[in-house]
Amino acid sequence: MPLLELTDVRARYGQVAAVHGISLTVDDGEIVSLLGANGAGKTTTLRAISGMVATEGSLVFDGKPLPRKAEGTARRGITHVPEGRGILGELTVSENLKMGAYLRRDRKAVASDLDEVTSELPWLRDRRDQQAGTLSGGEQQMLALARARLARPRLLLLDEPSLGLAPIIVEQFFALVRRLNEEQGLTVLVVEQNANAALELSSRAYLLEVGRVALEGASADLREHEGVRKSYLGY
Amino acid sequence: MAEFVQQVVAGLGDGAIYASLALALVLIYRATHVINFAQGEMGMVSTYIAYALIAHHGWSYWPAFVFTLGVSFLGGFAIHETVIRPLHRAGELTVVMATIALLVILNGLVSWIWQPDEKILLSPLAGGTWSIGSVAIPQQSVYDLIVVLVCVTLLWLLFRYTKLGLALRASAVDPSASRLLGVRVPWMLSIGWGFAAILSAVAGMLAASAQFIFTPGFMQVTIIYAFAAAILGGLESPVGAVVGGLMLGVTINLLGTYFPGQISPDMRLPAALALLLLVLVFRPAGLLGRTVVRRV
Amino acid sequence: MITRRFVAGLVAALVAAAVILLLPLFLSDTHEYRFAFVATFFIAALGLQILTGYAGLISLGQSGFMLIGAYTTTILSVDHGWHELATIPLAGLLAGIAGFLFGFPALRLRGAYLALATFAIPIAVIALAKKYSDFTGGGGGKNLTRVLTGHEAYVLTWPIAGVMFVLAWLLLLGKLGRSFRTIRESEIAAVSSGVNLTVTKTLAFGISAFFAGVGGSLYAIVIGFVNPDTFSINLSLLLLIGVVVGGLGSLVGVVFGALFIEYVPLYAPDILSWAEKPFGSPLDPQRAGAGAAVYGFSLLLVLFLAPYGVAGLLRRAYKSLAPSSYTH
Repeated sequence: MPLLELTDVRARYGQVAAVHGISLTVDDGEIVSLLGANGAGKTTTLRAISGMVATEGSLVFDGKPLPRKAEGTARRGITHVPEGRGILGELTVSENLKMGAYLRRDRKAVASDLDEVTSELPWLRDRRDQQAGTLSGGEQQMLALARARLARPRLLLLDEPSLGLAPIIVEQFFALVRRLNEEQGLTVLVVEQNANAALELSSRAYLLEVGRVALEGASADLREHEGVRKSYLGY
Repeated sequence: MAEFVQQVVAGLGDGAIYASLALALVLIYRATHVINFAQGEMGMVSTYIAYALIAHHGWSYWPAFVFTLGVSFLGGFAIHETVIRPLHRAGELTVVMATIALLVILNGLVSWIWQPDEKILLSPLAGGTWSIGSVAIPQQSVYDLIVVLVCVTLLWLLFRYTKLGLALRASAVDPSASRLLGVRVPWMLSIGWGFAAILSAVAGMLAASAQFIFTPGFMQVTIIYAFAAAILGGLESPVGAVVGGLMLGVTINLLGTYFPGQISPDMRLPAALALLLLVLVFRPAGLLGRTVVRRV
Repeated sequence: MITRRFVAGLVAALVAAAVILLLPLFLSDTHEYRFAFVATFFIAALGLQILTGYAGLISLGQSGFMLIGAYTTTILSVDHGWHELATIPLAGLLAGIAGFLFGFPALRLRGAYLALATFAIPIAVIALAKKYSDFTGGGGGKNLTRVLTGHEAYVLTWPIAGVMFVLAWLLLLGKLGRSFRTIRESEIAAVSSGVNLTVTKTLAFGISAFFAGVGGSLYAIVIGFVNPDTFSINLSLLLLIGVVVGGLGSLVGVVFGALFIEYVPLYAPDILSWAEKPFGSPLDPQRAGAGAAVYGFSLLLVLFLAPYGVAGLLRRAYKSLAPSSYTH
């Protein structure tokens, strides 16, 4: 049984429909990417999952229907790192990290997770009192990921993580995500306009166009697909 | 010199009251981006509740004070849940009008229930003075200052060091990111209103004792001073509100003492406002406000 | 620009004019007297509609400008022998200038801050009126020499109200109206489209204060007496509430707002007795504060149920009767 299953999901902003019936699945331990141009409905799909927009259709997580509110989906173990990273700019680095663990009650485990995260990225501890809004884009992205890790999510939703970041930072970031997936079995659904990086990271991918799934399959296959290559991979 | 010290202390006492109410305004503004025109009246209602407990039900002062704070918290919470939240999608103007409606309703209800005649709220803090040499320090002012500083400090500790406080701050900074982290943001905002109601209750009860007698309109002047203080401090700054309130209290008192001709009691408020306008001309973000530059 | 909407508006205006012309035939002198007050509030509220409904600048200062108009008329007619009618334009002008002058420092304040600053206007003006009591009669007030009957008051005030309405309509028709509306939507957008914020905002304050001054002047003439406390913040609140209830952004709605302002406090005790019955009527509805509670609740009701006020409801009714080709 897949961890996440969307069946004929529709979502809209007010009167404007952005997603017209998307079906996808994500299995436990997978990395799946959602590709597509601007306006294809990728971000909206993530927001439908995390409960940030009004939806119709079936959204099932871990065998049970998803709650329709963001607070609810977070409680079920879905951590959504939104477009723009959602860093609480006026709070400090350490306060942001603490908020990552907001829903957890196991103090000791949180502390040890915090140690683990800061030992990998020591600057998180060195600059713990720095206002998060003053960090660079890449640092914010790393902070967002660290914060997400502290939530120990069952499913991590990443919305355009590479946006505005230098290629080398993007590489580092995705390398970290891959490692987390391999070592800890973190399940990831990533939305990306950077199709190259996304296809390299994920095992499966869906290509969205105008609010619908146009193509789906193994990332390797999509990378060879001629249409994909021409429109999204640039060669 | 003795006069000066006395007036400064008295000013700090008045200023503490403005500071408490100003802080309530800032709290609400930071959380929900609303100017709550009814904040003074909310404090007024709290005061009448305390009054009713003491005068009609024989409670003694401190239990009534604390109980009123609790009731006020619930009241503030309830007002946000029932009136503000449902309307917030309708736009800022509508919410402001709703707070104005509340102002009118609360004032009317209190007049109706308790009558607009003058009432007295006797507090154990009232009246006396301490003599230090030739200086007579008014006890009430000192107590007002202490009570407010205690409340403000407790609130600060809560915001800075507790999980709830962190969640409250996060909700104010970025509601949608906070929701994604699992915070029940609307709940948090209502809690913020609850705390603000506590602060305005403190301001109301202290002001009633300081004025000896009070009527349903007694907070209408105080709220303006509080607004002035909040704006002086920069509407988003809690520290600014407190400092602004204290400074305003002292300045107005001193002006009234040393220029009694021009600044008669009636003219105090216009003087305060002229002062505010002057500050804003030179520093539009208030004395302590900062122009927030947001990173895109 | 003869659109369907224009025709509808014209028809509505003609109907209203007819009603106003014929009403005195059916009303007693007392009621005509009350209606005269409706006219004075109508004029002041028109000003507020221009400022808040069109330019989006919330103001609680309207009563302060009414005071200026009222006292101008009183002082000129009582102390200097002017004919009351002659004082009206000057009353409006002085109030307008005051409003204009307020506009300048107020420019630095946005939204919430501005609303707060306007809170101060009635307070400051009342304090000044009380202080310079040689001029103004201080807290005790001042009487006017002439007392009007209900019918005279009606005949004086409503034609002027009509003129002011047309004036408001004309002012808002062209570029100025559009500038106001742009400011209401977004100041940044306004500046980008070339609206001079300084001029437009101060103009908005000046114009609305002018209307308030005329309204205040008429109020003084009708009631025959001025007193500083009449023009307290409560009156400003009442005017603002009336404008919102009538419908923000609708000149026609202001009529309903004015009716609301005059009549709700009068009928409040009845409304309250009716509301109290299920609870066993514990409180005397005649007591002070009852009226305020009722009109505050009415405002809240309007905000929840009919945010575009009476005018909005009428517009919806009209649309459902005559489906137009507009989308939205």
